[in-house]
Amino acid sequence: MLEITNLHATVADKPILNGVTLDVPAGEVHAIMGPNGSGKSTLAYVLAGRPGYAVSEGAATFDGHDLLAMEPYERAAAGLFLGFQYPVEIPGVSYLQFLRESLNSQRRSRGEDELSAGDFIKLAREQAKLLGMDAEMLKRPVNVGFSGGEKKRAEMVQMGILAPKFALLDETDSGLDIDALKAVGEGINRIMRAPDKGGLLITHYERLLEYVRPDRVHVLQAGRITRSGDIDLARELENTGYAEAAA
Amino acid sequence: MAAPFPTRKQEEWRYADLDALRPVWEQFAEPRTLTIGAGESFEDVWLPTADDVHVRRVQIALEPGAKTRLFVLNTAPVYGRIELDVSLDEGSEFDLFGANIGTGLSTNEIVTVVKHIGVGGRSRQTIRSVLNGKATGSYLGRVEVARGAQQTDADQSVKAMLLDRGATANCKPELEIFADDVKCAHGATVGELDAMQLFYAESRGLDPVSARALLLEGFVMGLWDGIENAAQHESIATAAKDALRRVV
Repeated sequence: MLEITNLHATVADKPILNGVTLDVPAGEVHAIMGPNGSGKSTLAYVLAGRPGYAVSEGAATFDGHDLLAMEPYERAAAGLFLGFQYPVEIPGVSYLQFLRESLNSQRRSRGEDELSAGDFIKLAREQAKLLGMDAEMLKRPVNVGFSGGEKKRAEMVQMGILAPKFALLDETDSGLDIDALKAVGEGINRIMRAPDKGGLLITHYERLLEYVRPDRVHVLQAGRITRSGDIDLARELENTGYAEAAA
Repeated sequence: MAAPFPTRKQEEWRYADLDALRPVWEQFAEPRTLTIGAGESFEDVWLPTADDVHVRRVQIALEPGAKTRLFVLNTAPVYGRIELDVSLDEGSEFDLFGANIGTGLSTNEIVTVVKHIGVGGRSRQTIRSVLNGKATGSYLGRVEVARGAQQTDADQSVKAMLLDRGATANCKPELEIFADDVKCAHGATVGELDAMQLFYAESRGLDPVSARALLLEGFVMGLWDGIENAAQHESIATAAKDALRRVV
């Protein structure tokens, strides 16, 4: 589903990714762990198409399409969702308007009918409720005045509403208390666990993985995958740290 | 007898498009006058017209306890000017919510003089400008607090968004205070669309033009939140959205 081959990328001319190769087949959720500065967020941004993140070598395909040739909004319409490590505030634009326009823009790109205002609000309320978020918060400007945990929950509500094929979640678990972590973990399982879907979780901690149970765990160090394994690898890292795991 | 034609040496006409104004000056030379009686409330919404040059010059006198709220959209294709001379007597309140939305070579400006002449008056001016191409958008606002106009509370919030390198914003809040127990605040910023906000919106599926339009709506549309008349709210919101679509 998502195939990354020998991906090299630079940010401000500085090489950050140095040959990442990774294959996430449909029906699987993988996790990427790694120390600070290893390139985890860069990988997420490159895959989502953030300006300023330049690919110097290698390839990435999504459902067989050349991901790197697509604009960020085209990647979204194709079914890719990036959960931001630091969700962005947009004053003056309500969550409801933001998500309705986003969803309908995606639907138009795919040649589907737009969702009516009524149907959209119903969907948004449903998803907010499933994530344990007060639906009234969706009337507020995007992420403005939200706590760190509320922002991350809101990212999951967005994922529920947009219903992507593939979720790329950049440290969605950081800054969450235990209850929120559980809600987010359950959200990921409910929204992304399906035979035709997939996901890549970027995380520092093993705790979220106990809820999501990834099919594979990869360690990213200095811009390359240095080890891969099952969830036991994540447990081992939790005990030993990255320095020893690399040895 | 019409008033003499202005010159750029006059501060309040410094950024004006006088060439565009000259042929139509006579009809605008005399300002309109409005008096809001003691304790009365007045609310109005000023929409742009189809004219290339559109000027409004209005003097407003607020009697004690009077309230006035103006919502103005300034988006003339060549030259738009909204000029207000407001005096506030004791305990009166004046709110101005205004937007300059300009494209091409246009000049749009909001020029105000707000005179607090009585005790305990309150004035709020909130101005947002969105400019592309080589457009100019200006706010020149002088707040005068007379001797004895104690407990005056005056605020000016001015923000401009420049979408192209050639666009110009002039923000000039000015205070002239002759009383010692007053609160006068002003803030002015000039910026451009935030790259991270754009990427966030695009990553959710909005194409670049729609993402820009949405962010600009967020920047401007809050101005109209306080309009009580639903039909008037609808008309200025629609006109502002149309104007934003032209500059995006």
